[in-house]
Amino acid sequence: MGFVLRRLAASVPVIIGITVVAFVLIHMVPGDPAQAILFGSNATPQQIDDLRDQLGLSQPLWQQYLTFLGQLLHGDLGTSYVTHNSVASELLSRTPSTLQLTGAAMLIAIVIGVPLGLVAGIRPGSALDLVSRTISFIGVAIPYFFLALLLVLAFSLNLNWAPAIDDGSAAALVLPAVSLGWGYAAILTRLVRGRVIEEYRSDYVKSANARGCSERRVLLGHVFRNSSIPAVTMIGLQFGNILTGAAVTEVIFGRAGVGSFLATSITTKNIPVVQGAIVLIGIAYILINLIVDLAVGAIDPRTRLASAST
Amino acid sequence: MSTASLTGAVVRPRPRRSGSTARIATAVVMTVVLLAYAALLVHPGLFTSTSPLFNGPEALVGPSAQHLFGTDQLGRDVYSRVIYGSQSVLAASLGGVLLASVAGVAIGIIGGTAPRVLSVVVMRVVDVLLALPVLLVALILIATLGAGVNSIILALGVAYTPGFARVVEASVRKLRSVEFMQAARLFGSSGARTAVRHLLPNLATEVVVMASSAVGWAVLTATTLSFLGLGVQLPEPDWGSDLAAGATSLSTAWWLSTFPGLAITVTILVANYSGDWVMTLTDPRGRQTRSRFRALGGLSTTLPAANAVAPGQPASLTSESFTGADAGATGQLPASAPPDTPGTATTPEEQA
Repeated sequence: MGFVLRRLAASVPVIIGITVVAFVLIHMVPGDPAQAILFGSNATPQQIDDLRDQLGLSQPLWQQYLTFLGQLLHGDLGTSYVTHNSVASELLSRTPSTLQLTGAAMLIAIVIGVPLGLVAGIRPGSALDLVSRTISFIGVAIPYFFLALLLVLAFSLNLNWAPAIDDGSAAALVLPAVSLGWGYAAILTRLVRGRVIEEYRSDYVKSANARGCSERRVLLGHVFRNSSIPAVTMIGLQFGNILTGAAVTEVIFGRAGVGSFLATSITTKNIPVVQGAIVLIGIAYILINLIVDLAVGAIDPRTRLASAST
Repeated sequence: MSTASLTGAVVRPRPRRSGSTARIATAVVMTVVLLAYAALLVHPGLFTSTSPLFNGPEALVGPSAQHLFGTDQLGRDVYSRVIYGSQSVLAASLGGVLLASVAGVAIGIIGGTAPRVLSVVVMRVVDVLLALPVLLVALILIATLGAGVNSIILALGVAYTPGFARVVEASVRKLRSVEFMQAARLFGSSGARTAVRHLLPNLATEVVVMASSAVGWAVLTATTLSFLGLGVQLPEPDWGSDLAAGATSLSTAWWLSTFPGLAITVTILVANYSGDWVMTLTDPRGRQTRSRFRALGGLSTTLPAANAVAPGQPASLTSESFTGADAGATGQLPASAPPDTPGTATTPEEQA
């Protein structure tokens, strides 16, 4: 329990840091937010000044930050410069699509990466190992946005198996998820393979073998269990990358998610949306890392003991 | 390898080619490949006489002897665009990694040697940046700086700095307790002198290895940003933006996107491979050290579970990437510090 609380407490400064980064952003962007909002509406300087007062932009910086933080705690992320709708509701309506893509990509990474790494690690040097290492070597190098185009070219345009543009169907999720998840499957394969080989060399595996444990028991009960710890950690670490990678994948496949929303908002300088998306992605990332830590603690009792002793 | 006999066929070590012929062959091939990339960066005209902006008479022609990679909508030679497009990608990723190494070393040394108040504040800021995905940090910076190659260099530099800073800080803290550092302090060597004369030479190998394995990731991030239209603007050639521009006519002219995409893939392969090569080269014992830069490897410091390993136990892979680093430089240090060592980055309380 102490471990859980300590981890929760450790996330607080990071979350505050993210809100500071998001807040500072609006003041780093060249140009006046009030002018950005009224852009193209032929507003008089008086109207712009009024809006500045209304937005609280004439207050001292620390006061603006506290207002920002207060609104954030109430779930208020401001209004979009473009649509003048609530940023929070616009982001929330796009969240499920992004979560689906991220989840599906992670699933692809795990379903391909873990077995491939296990098989390769059990028999290093075998033909299967060679295949898995070739796949992972290329998988790490090929950029997901390029893989996405190749998949579209092969499976939508030539074979017509899956739609290239999101139409809300489950089939439309397949190509984005595979293109996004593939690289992480490759990373996972390399990681699991290395760990399995290393675990087989360790003393406890030797002693388990000496005790007469079956090969199956050694593999599942010892090697796999201990190899899964860095794998779980790695999946958590990669979550942020998958989430931001989803931004690019969403753009390619025309999915209306948080990522594509963030990308277009950056080009249109729609700062409240950028701020909101940063806070949303940052907090989601921290939460996932928290869950990963707790999961690792559940698998590996050593980490609980180690952090309790300090 | 007594396990082999115990587990039967389970452990079968791969026969290793350790002959000097293979090593020399690798060195020659790598040198040639890296020189070719250097030539691309400095003088792309060496590889093609066609301008990437020249609008030829033949538009949208597939690959042929005359146009190796075909032509685009405006009759421009895709091969020439791929050759010239390398410049911005290589400049952005190499520049970004260079910036991140320099800034990371500077911040890491401050974090490792400055008075506690300052070092805690600095490393807390590093932790916050580490807690954000690299691409997100880069996107935030580009949102404020505007699009362009210089913005990408700066964005990559800032995004990758925390990873370097964390590793350097951990190494500096460990180096401080080594005899020659204590001797330097006893003999009255000033802080700056110690940093330059003693810390930097001992950090050099580690930073070079990390930087060389970071280049592949930097290429990916740089091309992602230009793919999103945040880098070089059309009509100037760039792998990322050309790939994105060709994507709209994927069904009719596959070569427009495929060749820039292949160029990125090959470059990342070369970067990863040369990163591994540099790593084995710099390791005197020929054993692979684990100090390579990982995509978000720096983030493992924000996860106590990844680093908190009971004393005497082998550290997990993620923490090895940070603690095994200076073993090559100092030779005598244990591969991993116990988590209760005061002041090292492995104490959970110090991590946010």
